[in-house]
Amino acid sequence: MSDWIEACAADDIDEEDVIRFDHAGRTFALYRSPEDEFFATDGLCTHEQIHLSQGLVMGDIIECPKHNGRFNYKTGAARGAPVCVNLRTYPVKIDAGKVFIQLG
Amino acid sequence: MTVTPLARDYSLVGESAHRAVESGLAAAEWYHTDIPRKQMKELMQRSDGPAIRDTAIWLGLLIAFGTAGAALWGSWWCVPFFLWYGVLYGSATDSRWHECGHGTAFKTQWMNDAVYQIACFMIMRNPVTWRWSHTRHHTDTVIVGRDPEIAVMRPPDLLRVALNFFGLLDAWHAMVDMVRNAAGIIGAEEKTFIPESEQPRAIRIARIWLAIYVATIMLALYLGSWLPLMLVGLPRLYGAWHHVLTGLLQHGGLADNVIDHRLNSRTVLMNPVSRFIYWNMNYHVEHHMFPMVPYHALPKLHELIKHDLPAPSPSMWDGYREMLPAFVRQLRNEDYFVKRELPPTARPYREDFHSETALAAE
Repeated sequence: MSDWIEACAADDIDEEDVIRFDHAGRTFALYRSPEDEFFATDGLCTHEQIHLSQGLVMGDIIECPKHNGRFNYKTGAARGAPVCVNLRTYPVKIDAGKVFIQLG
Repeated sequence: MTVTPLARDYSLVGESAHRAVESGLAAAEWYHTDIPRKQMKELMQRSDGPAIRDTAIWLGLLIAFGTAGAALWGSWWCVPFFLWYGVLYGSATDSRWHECGHGTAFKTQWMNDAVYQIACFMIMRNPVTWRWSHTRHHTDTVIVGRDPEIAVMRPPDLLRVALNFFGLLDAWHAMVDMVRNAAGIIGAEEKTFIPESEQPRAIRIARIWLAIYVATIMLALYLGSWLPLMLVGLPRLYGAWHHVLTGLLQHGGLADNVIDHRLNSRTVLMNPVSRFIYWNMNYHVEHHMFPMVPYHALPKLHELIKHDLPAPSPSMWDGYREMLPAFVRQLRNEDYFVKRELPPTARPYREDFHSETALAAE
């Protein structure tokens, strides 16, 4: 499957913030960077399956709200204990003010 | 109705650990007070300023008191200086270790890491082991068989509690663990919460620490003086009392095996000196519910959610008046705990989650 799925309006995500998006029984996190770019990752922390949408975005980092584990949400890279496994990332595009995520 | 709970087994590889996993208590979803996202984001914001200020005061006083104590060594005048040095070394490091381990004290990560390493050494907690044990403490707070950081197990061992006001058992265990880790051995319980990839780091740090302690002992022997050990190592004993005094209040006498921090954690209002030493961890319900909020924002968080929490203990004295009788009752009935009353504005406890323990408290 390589369809683009409409997730939300671009304005639904504040600058330097994250929201949750659920689709087809899966959960994702959608980010808007301080540079006004959009990104998407799996929605749950790889450490203990906590929703990252309740976490804190700082620059290109998302911090998990439970144990403060950090990822680079642009690349999915785990950035130190207690997270050891990278996050999966997904392509994102903006079209007519809407955020689309490509699930492959 | 009579409830006959099974005996508590605090081993992380024992029967209670299996039961916690089977019953869904392990890695459960915990109760949270609702806070609008915008306010939560403001509370979570990081800043270097408060922690740089507090760290400068802490290290400045540590050096000043240590220097004065060393200069007056051999006379009774050194005693007050070492008493303060001890608290800054053997107690203030408990909260510094903790906050920097969460990565919330400073905005700049290397500052968190640097203070974390220094504080871990002083409080004698392997920075790798304790990072992971504290992660588990937040996942499974006071869940028997899962939480490696339960300070007072049931029935309470009050002699152990008393000895730890002088760090005697904690420091002894820390030394045994350090030597064991330095020998390349990671224990069975440690393996339940330290990932395999991190274990070599725990061993490497234990070896560095062992070298530092051996060098300090050699220097003391060479000088024929206790002074080097009064500055490195022994303050973990003679200065431990404040972190035990405050730390026991965090969860002591409250519920175990529940998934609502309002039932198993205690917020206590404290004097400003203790709050400086303790870095606001007296707001302990708030910290557990929202561990991403930095220590300096916890008073604001408390104001925001206090309508949904039990009233804080007005002082340490009041906290102990509540906790100590509970310890005494737990000697006869280990299922007893203090169930703190919620204000009318709060969302009630989920009794369907906690019915067994709630009944046991009566």
